[in-house]
Amino acid sequence: MMVKEITVLSGKGGTGKTSVTASLAVLTKNAVLTDCDVDAPDLHLLLKPEVLEKQEFKASRVAVIDEEECVQCGKCEEHCRFGAIEKLVVDPVLCEGCGVCEYICPVAAIELEKRVSGYAFISKTKYGPMSHALLNPGEENSGKLVTLVRKNARKVAEKENCELIINDGPPGIGCPVIASVGGINVGLIVMEPTLSGIHDMERALGLLNHFKVPALVCVNKYDLNEENTSRIVQFCGSNGVEVVGKIPFDPIVTESMVAGKPIAKYSPESRVSKAIAELWKQTLKHL
Amino acid sequence: MILTVASGKGGTGKTTVAVNMALSLENVQLLDCDVEEPNSHILLQPKISETESVYTKVPAVSEEMCDYCGKCSRFCAYNALFVAPKTVMVFPELCHSCGGCTLVCPKNAITEKERQIGAIKKGEAKGVEIVYGELNVGEAMAVPLIRAVKNQMKNNKNVVIDAPPGTACSLVASVHKTDYCILVAEPTPFGLHDLKITVQVLKDLGVPMGVVINRAGLGDRKVYEYCQKENIPLLLEIPFSKKIAELYSRGIPFVAEMPEWKEKFMEVWDNIER
Repeated sequence: MMVKEITVLSGKGGTGKTSVTASLAVLTKNAVLTDCDVDAPDLHLLLKPEVLEKQEFKASRVAVIDEEECVQCGKCEEHCRFGAIEKLVVDPVLCEGCGVCEYICPVAAIELEKRVSGYAFISKTKYGPMSHALLNPGEENSGKLVTLVRKNARKVAEKENCELIINDGPPGIGCPVIASVGGINVGLIVMEPTLSGIHDMERALGLLNHFKVPALVCVNKYDLNEENTSRIVQFCGSNGVEVVGKIPFDPIVTESMVAGKPIAKYSPESRVSKAIAELWKQTLKHL
Repeated sequence: MILTVASGKGGTGKTTVAVNMALSLENVQLLDCDVEEPNSHILLQPKISETESVYTKVPAVSEEMCDYCGKCSRFCAYNALFVAPKTVMVFPELCHSCGGCTLVCPKNAITEKERQIGAIKKGEAKGVEIVYGELNVGEAMAVPLIRAVKNQMKNNKNVVIDAPPGTACSLVASVHKTDYCILVAEPTPFGLHDLKITVQVLKDLGVPMGVVINRAGLGDRKVYEYCQKENIPLLLEIPFSKKIAELYSRGIPFVAEMPEWKEKFMEVWDNIER
């Protein structure tokens, strides 16, 4: 069976990706959920996963100088392109683990040590299996950790015979987002009707287009500025992008978050839940 | 003073705080380091006076000199080079520009060429000097562009940096070597969770911090309790208001329509400086 995959993304942060994804989890049977926002994951706060497996994620290395061996020639400092060595001390935050210092050191006083950059988890939730992760604060390699989360999700999907993977994506359009959209079937952009939201949606659409991923758009809190919403609908229409749904603004979404539940579970009869159910129906036609 | 506005979670109001702060100060420069999705120029509408392309260095392999020994590819920590029996492939978007391949090549067959990853734009609006970066769509690495934006910093100015969301390398690059960091948090469980991770990054970096609560009145009191317990000063509360949200949706910084807020932002700045 071909496992289909959809990523919820947004460009701009805080537009409601996670709230929407959590509700899609409620509305879908037989799907694996992932949280690809590995440096600020929030989906677990609503899905309350029970961790079954925890995996160390060792992707980066960091230079360590042996002070006793060091002859203080300063070559490492001179060759480091990241400014990570100052007065012969390595700043682990700036070090990108390239290994140039280790190579250039004439007395072999520098070694690169592997470091744990984060953890990946495979869990179960009320709504299905979940693959997620947590990058250590300030780390790089978030893209690689996203790739691991998606790989784990695929394994679980095959094992448990799931038909669909729903990825909660990170904000932005850089490395972790690229890792979240490569090879997926559909990208669902959740956006707000603000000028910033429109600007960021255009860049997110550009990204999906660049990677040849079909795009769908959902306008969240559409009634905050209906004039902008109609501009978005028009813009999407003339660019061949379907607007699959419009979700009204309602403080009940924050209420459900405080209660630690997806809105579709907390209040299935609310306007917001109905709008999400409708947008999911439209989205499934593309999967 | 160099002040960074950050948040961890996206969409909490970093740009709103950074822009309104900048508009409340004199002699100020605003650096938008959210190069993936820069938004401060949407609120400021600056007149752009200069655009500069930003490049990173990537390897260029001379097929004439290369004997396909594979040392470069074994050295590269980022898998940006692949050597086959009769060809070398370079994956420029994976390259971190460390220069290692040029050093290890025994035949001196590798030089570095420049590759454009984005641009920085400089302009001015309402007395605020602004510099922002725009990463090319499809480009993975934001950090070199963030550094290019920060290189435009002027020592004789009050500097406000608008940081990207998240808690990974882009945040670190933005907040590195700044005097103080304002964390903009939403009083919700998501807001609290991401705030905690961001506080950890700033503690590791040794940057002093305070919290601005945006959309106060929504959610619950847990962010307040956390700040109190951790001794993180609460600098300002911006209430949840339809008027502010509506102004933002039209791209208008709220101090422009609600000038009484300028004083509050000035006070926050003065308190931090002290």
